[in-house]
Amino acid sequence: MSLLMPLPETAILEKRDDIVARLQAIVRPGNVIHLERELSAYECDALTMYRQPPLVVVLPETVAEVSAVMRLADELKVKVVPRGSGTSLSGGSLPLADGILLGMSKFNRILEVDFDNRCAVVQPGVTNLAISNAVAHKGFYYAPDPSSQIACSIGGNVAENAGGVHCLKYGLTANNLLGLEMVLMGGEVIRLGGKHLDADLYDLMGVITGSEGLLGVITEVTVRILQKPQVARGVLLGFPTVAEGADCVAAIIAEGIIPGGMEMMDKAAIDAAEAFKPCGYPRDAEGLVIVELDGTPAEVDHLTEEVAKIARGRGATSVRVSSSEAERLGFWFGRKNAFPAVGAIGPDYLCMDGTIPRKELAKVLSRMDELAVKHGLRVANVFHAGDGNLHPLILYDASIPGDIEKAEAFGADILRLCVEVGGVLTGEHGVGVEKRDLMGEMFTDIDLAQQERVKCAFDVDHRLNPGKVFPSLHRCAEMGFMHVRSGALPFPEIPRF
Amino acid sequence: MAILTPRDEADLVEIVGAARAEKRSLEIVGRGTRRGLGRPVEAVDRVELSALDGIVFHEPSELVLSARVGTSLSEIGGTLARAGQELAFEPVDHSALFGHPRGAGTIGGLVGTGWAGSRRLKVGAARDHLLGFEGVNGLGERFKSGGRVMKNVTGFDLSKLVAGSFGTLAILTTVTLKVLPRPETEETLAILGLGDADGLALLREASGSPQEVSCLAHLPAGLHGPFGETSATLFRLEGPAVSVASREADLMARWRDRGAVEILGEDASRALWRDLGEAAPVAHGETQVWRISVAPSAGANVVATLKAERLPIVGHFWDWAGGLIWLAAEPAGDAHASAIRRAVDAVRGHATLVRAADEVRAGVAPFHPQPAALTALSVRVKAAFDPDGLFNPGRMVGEI
Repeated sequence: MSLLMPLPETAILEKRDDIVARLQAIVRPGNVIHLERELSAYECDALTMYRQPPLVVVLPETVAEVSAVMRLADELKVKVVPRGSGTSLSGGSLPLADGILLGMSKFNRILEVDFDNRCAVVQPGVTNLAISNAVAHKGFYYAPDPSSQIACSIGGNVAENAGGVHCLKYGLTANNLLGLEMVLMGGEVIRLGGKHLDADLYDLMGVITGSEGLLGVITEVTVRILQKPQVARGVLLGFPTVAEGADCVAAIIAEGIIPGGMEMMDKAAIDAAEAFKPCGYPRDAEGLVIVELDGTPAEVDHLTEEVAKIARGRGATSVRVSSSEAERLGFWFGRKNAFPAVGAIGPDYLCMDGTIPRKELAKVLSRMDELAVKHGLRVANVFHAGDGNLHPLILYDASIPGDIEKAEAFGADILRLCVEVGGVLTGEHGVGVEKRDLMGEMFTDIDLAQQERVKCAFDVDHRLNPGKVFPSLHRCAEMGFMHVRSGALPFPEIPRF
Repeated sequence: MAILTPRDEADLVEIVGAARAEKRSLEIVGRGTRRGLGRPVEAVDRVELSALDGIVFHEPSELVLSARVGTSLSEIGGTLARAGQELAFEPVDHSALFGHPRGAGTIGGLVGTGWAGSRRLKVGAARDHLLGFEGVNGLGERFKSGGRVMKNVTGFDLSKLVAGSFGTLAILTTVTLKVLPRPETEETLAILGLGDADGLALLREASGSPQEVSCLAHLPAGLHGPFGETSATLFRLEGPAVSVASREADLMARWRDRGAVEILGEDASRALWRDLGEAAPVAHGETQVWRISVAPSAGANVVATLKAERLPIVGHFWDWAGGLIWLAAEPAGDAHASAIRRAVDAVRGHATLVRAADEVRAGVAPFHPQPAALTALSVRVKAAFDPDGLFNPGRMVGEI
């Protein structure tokens, strides 16, 4: 592992047996995983290039147990890494050698569905899709739909402020939450929000959402549920250049149309998808745009016509409107399979996640081509075109020595480019460990210190998920969190990833 | 008291640095139209930000607007309207409650208070539309958070914290907001004469219907509102004309036998919801006004409890499908706070005293009291931004 994490504390490693025994006294002994061969199952999340077995894994079943574990961690001064389903793409739940991995997988119950108030109260280990499934019989669903929705947990969605393909119209996780229960470092249980709107004082729920497990452990989530649109229809558009596709996307929005989803793929991604499994995409197109319109039948009919008209006016060489649900799903087939499709030709790929102002797309793609030549690697692009979230997939071959490092360097260059044109490092995957050392590209030391002081307000000793998000750790001084550099500890020097 | 008017960010940094060195607290004001909200601030000096003025950029096809905090809401509204856009959360400018001209407040004040109008239920509040900001913290440092794109999870989302923080965390200098196309047209269905329980039940039913009703309110009988003495249960439909018409037809078919229906066309509909967002139906007279947020299904209970306790209610109505109660009461020294908060605590939620004399707001906590653990956490968050307590001391709660 080339990534530098906080140096393991010898005193903690030496106390391991004691920590295991104390945890076994809190939860059912079978819920403490400490044998080496069993720990390996927890050594990474979906960012598999970094691995580290944890000190011990604990799987609490009640809020009281979570609280007791957090109290114990505070007492013994041991670090804690929370984990949901382990689907983070940025290493948000990468374990620490001297840290307790706190797995929330046993919190898997839907506590209440309240159709009258259009919300559901669920435990954090419930999967994203399970919420939609639990309310589908009455025509409702939970809007944010990250592509890992079959596996990812809602607690992890809160930690990462997860997005999906419908964010432009329906928002991210933060826009679809009503309430949280959370255990703080030290074991205190707090409740924020509920079934009502607006914060009573500071919007703590808002800053906790997307805080990547650095502020507390979520133990209950209240989400809004929405009525499913009556109709959804797809429009598949082919363009001779990516730039014309991007112009069309801008023109659709400028006409006042906010589609439920609007996705774009470049030639490399189209070819990969077609090679993986033919899905009828126009092979002569350099840029493909999928627009999904949802709402009432009259509205969708009207908007579909509008979008087709705009596209023809913007040089679309092919315009297809779905006439059945099967055809609509067919339009999505290639896009939804884009990652495995690229993986099939890769043979490995690194998925980036920057967001850019949409108008910069053509420039960013052409600069990306130059970078591909410079680094000697190929790249395919899929793009949440409506909201500017770019997913360049960098192709490399892990069996070739040096290829991983080349891919990482290429990825870092792409993210720097995103920031340079007014965008950001990550749109939905999180900073984690993956983009941690690039934070300085977007934020000044003062900006980062301000965020770190908020961390201090929740976790003054940096015991909760340290080594994530912030490129270096500063101690929180007792008086007003006046930060001081920690000298040689615990991050002597941090390499750029 | 000195009134300080920074011309630019450098001036502001200097002002805060000097305030910090001399331990002089600062009241933070845009154009002062929202000074009646929260506890009266007793600060040594006042910083007026109206000179930090002007739209930095508005890019309609990117759905984004960035403005310096002193820019007036009327200028921002006008600029957006020329591009067929708007701030979708319907900025509340408190014009009806405090008697200011519409649009006189600033965008900074809007973000600082964080309140949204009737569309809150569907599109969120200022917190949901604030993409990023720049400002100066209590250490006198310029800093930023977020960005200009709507999908961004890079670092902690400090925008959520500063939205609705009433200027107690940082002095914002520039805010960047998501903007959206203004709906092509709109209309409102008003069902007249329903009892409160039936009207509120119908709001909740409609809020879960596929007809995408964007605003849902119930005005009880006897409120001196736009429908006279009769009750009105209100449903707002927005979007392309063809869509609005079809949804209206669907709802009419469902509710044919519920009562007399009046349909308000585009202009009347827009004016109605603007007035409701400003609490205009309960704003007249010298009453004390509360804003109560609870679960929609609890909205009726809270009012019933207060009536049973013979609270001298002058007027009230429900918005947000029943979850928002605007309530005006005869003035009292404690603004009836304990009775109102008891009723709200029984169902969970919060009650904010929005309009009352300075001495009343100084004595009664205008914001709903929190459990001790949450107040302590909020105090620590305040310290993370403003460790010396320079900004708007006491505006939200005594400790902050």
